[in-house]
Amino acid sequence: MTETFVNWGLSYDWAWFLATVAGILLIALPLMLGVAMIIYADRKIWAAMALRRGPNVVGPWGLLQSFADGLKVFLQETIIPSAANKGLFLIAPIITFTVALLAWAVIPFNSGAVLSDINVGLLYVLAISSLGVYGVVIAGWASNSKYPFFSAMRAAAQMISYEVSIGFILICVVLYAGSFNMNAIVEAQRGHGFGIVNGYWFNLLLFPMWVMFLISGMAETARAPFDLTEAESELVAGYQTEYSSMAFALYWLGEYANVLLMCALNAVLFFGGWLPPLNIDLIPWFEIPGVVWLLLKILFFFFIFSWVKATVPRYRYDQLMRLGWKVFLPISLLFVVLVSGWLMITRYGGVA
Amino acid sequence: MIQVLAFYLFAALTIASAVLVISARNPVHSVLWLIVAFFNAAGLMVLAGAEFIAMLLVIVYVGAVAVLFLFVVMMLDIDFSELRAGFVRNFPLGLLIALVLLAELVFGIGAYQAGRIELATGTADQVTAMADSNIAAIGQVLYGQYLFLFESAGIILLVAMIGAIVLTHRDRKDTRPQNIGKQIRRRPGEATRNVKPEIGQGVQL
Repeated sequence: MTETFVNWGLSYDWAWFLATVAGILLIALPLMLGVAMIIYADRKIWAAMALRRGPNVVGPWGLLQSFADGLKVFLQETIIPSAANKGLFLIAPIITFTVALLAWAVIPFNSGAVLSDINVGLLYVLAISSLGVYGVVIAGWASNSKYPFFSAMRAAAQMISYEVSIGFILICVVLYAGSFNMNAIVEAQRGHGFGIVNGYWFNLLLFPMWVMFLISGMAETARAPFDLTEAESELVAGYQTEYSSMAFALYWLGEYANVLLMCALNAVLFFGGWLPPLNIDLIPWFEIPGVVWLLLKILFFFFIFSWVKATVPRYRYDQLMRLGWKVFLPISLLFVVLVSGWLMITRYGGVA
Repeated sequence: MIQVLAFYLFAALTIASAVLVISARNPVHSVLWLIVAFFNAAGLMVLAGAEFIAMLLVIVYVGAVAVLFLFVVMMLDIDFSELRAGFVRNFPLGLLIALVLLAELVFGIGAYQAGRIELATGTADQVTAMADSNIAAIGQVLYGQYLFLFESAGIILLVAMIGAIVLTHRDRKDTRPQNIGKQIRRRPGEATRNVKPEIGQGVQL
């Protein structure tokens, strides 16, 4: 995009600056719109599974429900508890929201259509997702209230635990792709399954990793059935108990942006990202822009997330910890060894 | 231009947050300033072209170590007046440590200005390796040149971890932990029984 601005007669520095800002807006604005619509979709899917109608009053089929909710929280009063630590109380939702947007900088939307094509892309995602815990922990402490504090402690332990296994799962993918760059990972999946299927999910060694990544993703974003940080039967509303108005809305948006990010990562790492699902030109299959494929895959994974939320009861906290440390961690570690051994034999011919 | 601006921004923020770590009254604020300092140090690493180290700094220090710090500090019930009571008593010791650090800094900068030590001269293939991506370069050094040192460091860490677990783990006999396998194996037939109590008899448990 920088070249376009240079062609308009700007100096390189300004062109680069304008291109970056334009790129950020081009990702962030549709993402916010997408979050609003995905909240509506979540409620509709959830309602359908519970044999209800869901939101159907505001706008045609209730499509504008999220915007009505947004307007409502925007007009509410921001309440800051008198015993709260004011600065941290206000900065916590901002951290959650910002971090949820940051990781989208390295998600490739099409071949080369990525805001920041860095060669440590996947590590960047891991680094950013490890920051997500601070918004919750700071909120819990700064609220100076018991339930938010319990929730913050739970969130800290939960997010750290599942990040460990997510790290090992990502290592498996990186070993196969041979790169940390997201575009290179997508390209490496082209025709991975017998030259026909685009995506690592078709691989027997990586399919279990994908299942674990999906489940860990739910735990990492504190989505049901792992939403113990906001378990309403125990902790009122968890870390956001004391929040109202826009501060609450920022948590809301951040949470769903994170869920969308996890869906996007599932698509990019295991299902071929912006590539079509099959590598054969059935219909003019490669004429369809990559963004459409990525979007369809994200929606597919979001449907799975919603489906799980609608059908599965909440985990108990000790079971959550057991699943993370005693099941996922050993299995993912074993698969790192298996995958590197297999690649050593098949790809590098048994020599280091 | 933008690099220079970014360098001074990150450097100033690192120093400012480091000062705030020791001057903040609340220990939780101290930890949070420490995190800001880590983050800006990562920014400096990116500017120096060491993006892999920068990401590791964020993942390991900000994502794990500082969360643990924060976790502990938040749960501690700290009496601030008691914390400040020992200030005068510990002041000479603190001053001594500060002087030692200052001397080290002076020596370090002096030695740096005198020129670098020629421990090992880089060969041509090492230079090309460094021109590659960061991760590949570090991997080639760690798993090639320093393989045995690296692996023995790994083994020492493993032994330390197992040692810590063995030393602190107590097998308590008075608790009844959950046996997941046993619970899953249990079938309704073993757990319930049908009884037809006669009137006025009740059920024998």
